[in-house]
Amino acid sequence: MTNYIKLIVLGLVTLLALIAANYARDLAYLVNALTVALVAGGLFLWTLRHTDEPRTRVDLSGEYMDGVVRAGVIATCLWGVVGFLAGTFIAFQLAFPGLNFDWAQGYANFGRLRPLHTSAVIFAFGGNALIATSFYVVQRTSAARLWGGNLAWFVFWGYQLVIVLAATGYLLGATQSKEYAEPEWYVDLWLTVVWLAYLAVFLGTIVKRKEPHIYVANWFYLSFIITVAMLHVVNNLSIPVSVFGSKSVQVFSGVQDAMTQWWYGHNAVGFFLTAGFLGMMYYFVPKQAERPVYSYKLSIIHFWALIFIYIWAGPHHLHYTALPDWASTLGMVFSIVLWMPSWGGMINGLMTLSGAWDKLRTDPVIRMMVISIGFYGMSTFEGPMMSIRAVNSLSHYTDWTIGHVHSGALGWNGMITFGALYFLVPKLWNRERLYSLSLVSWHFWLATIGIILYAAAMWVTGIMEGLMWREVDANGFLVNSFADTVAAKFPMYVVRGLGGVMFLSGALIMCYNLWMTVTRSPAVAPVNNAVPAE
Amino acid sequence: METYSLLREFADSWMLLVLFAFFVGVVVWVFRPGATKSYENPSNIPFRHEDKPARANGARHEEA
Repeated sequence: MTNYIKLIVLGLVTLLALIAANYARDLAYLVNALTVALVAGGLFLWTLRHTDEPRTRVDLSGEYMDGVVRAGVIATCLWGVVGFLAGTFIAFQLAFPGLNFDWAQGYANFGRLRPLHTSAVIFAFGGNALIATSFYVVQRTSAARLWGGNLAWFVFWGYQLVIVLAATGYLLGATQSKEYAEPEWYVDLWLTVVWLAYLAVFLGTIVKRKEPHIYVANWFYLSFIITVAMLHVVNNLSIPVSVFGSKSVQVFSGVQDAMTQWWYGHNAVGFFLTAGFLGMMYYFVPKQAERPVYSYKLSIIHFWALIFIYIWAGPHHLHYTALPDWASTLGMVFSIVLWMPSWGGMINGLMTLSGAWDKLRTDPVIRMMVISIGFYGMSTFEGPMMSIRAVNSLSHYTDWTIGHVHSGALGWNGMITFGALYFLVPKLWNRERLYSLSLVSWHFWLATIGIILYAAAMWVTGIMEGLMWREVDANGFLVNSFADTVAAKFPMYVVRGLGGVMFLSGALIMCYNLWMTVTRSPAVAPVNNAVPAE
Repeated sequence: METYSLLREFADSWMLLVLFAFFVGVVVWVFRPGATKSYENPSNIPFRHEDKPARANGARHEEA
């Protein structure tokens, strides 16, 4: 019966998407409408082929739903490589402008590829890692199967569709020009639907949990899901110019729009890239270290302090703008207060290893997790410092900001995700161990040195260009033109690009290693199947 | 009074007080007597139910 309803809905969606494609007012909208029509049409056929088949009802409540986690792990690896590759390419585009090829002008130049890179790494790589690990962790720590049956699959595939629509839209010029919120109105609406389904699956699993206590990792994951829903809806309030076009107009204007955007932007960092990944840290670090988290009390204080304070830090992106001084001072003060919970969390993660520090020598996976927590501490020190108005007057609009973002994103988010993937793949595919630990070491060192090259190059070039911009001669005239700073930055841009190449090669090695783990590593020997009487 | 001023006044007086009190309350609650012992069990949650969900009834902590 449900299949008939599905068929009606999918048929209608296909028809409407084709009508939309016919009336499309711009290329991006046309391609996106055709993509939707293709997906809905394909699903229609697939559902049709499977309708009225006899169905056997199997009780699956006795096992975890890991298929969707496996798919998420694969998607994380694939999107990670795509995102890192795009980033490395645009890094070289900045060093060698000739790479903005004439034949691809308007499609593959830096301005079009840059949002593709940021969205691919943050939302495609990071987002898939968060969805996959949260589904894994919430089941294990709730001792319950995912709620909602195939709704989890809807979340997974729906999210991939968001990524594809957004990415093709960027290349063809659909953007609402809000950093990290570039997708246009119809992609925003679809993401809202997918995200609410995600919330339902996660919350439903927590509600039917068998453990009386909600483990702290789930608190972080849940705050990430809820806050991102709120941020996404408010920051994307816009009115489409036409139902058949991708262009939309923001509801807010001027400084209100800027403030809303950076309230969104900074909390995307705070809740997507911090709270969600802290959820990973609070599960995978104790698992890999084989000991409980250092202090459960500290983790509770860490959680409440982080979510109470982070939400106020956004205005530090708008120093020396039309934003009132009191508001940017407020943002600056809260950013500095954030030192406390961030470092509390870092200490909690690192000290989980107390008494097991020898594992650092033997286990490259735990080494990866530890260095990610180290980068978390480093970038949460650097960030508040850069939010101070006097420092910001030097650092803002320079490459220092880009260096800061990457030490956080590559170091913290990237490394903790790699650690989690190395932990997950043998478990999910029922393998005894990883294919090769020395390849993990190779990945570790390539990635670490790559990040250091990247961050160091950006510190040098950022501070240099900041100083060059403000340099005045005895008569009060500016000494350097903008092009002078661009020329001076060339060597650092090459070093940054090489750092990217190293990070990317590390990720490729990881993909190879994980692939070989699944195909070549010995399976876990079946143990005695007799279930002990409970 | 216009909406902005009203909300603004409420936000930096009562709401601020409520949020601050809640936060202080959490910190005090975490350090209540006997807390260390009661958090021992939750902090070991990741080491239970690795392969299978818990059975429908009872048997909650037997694997611990």
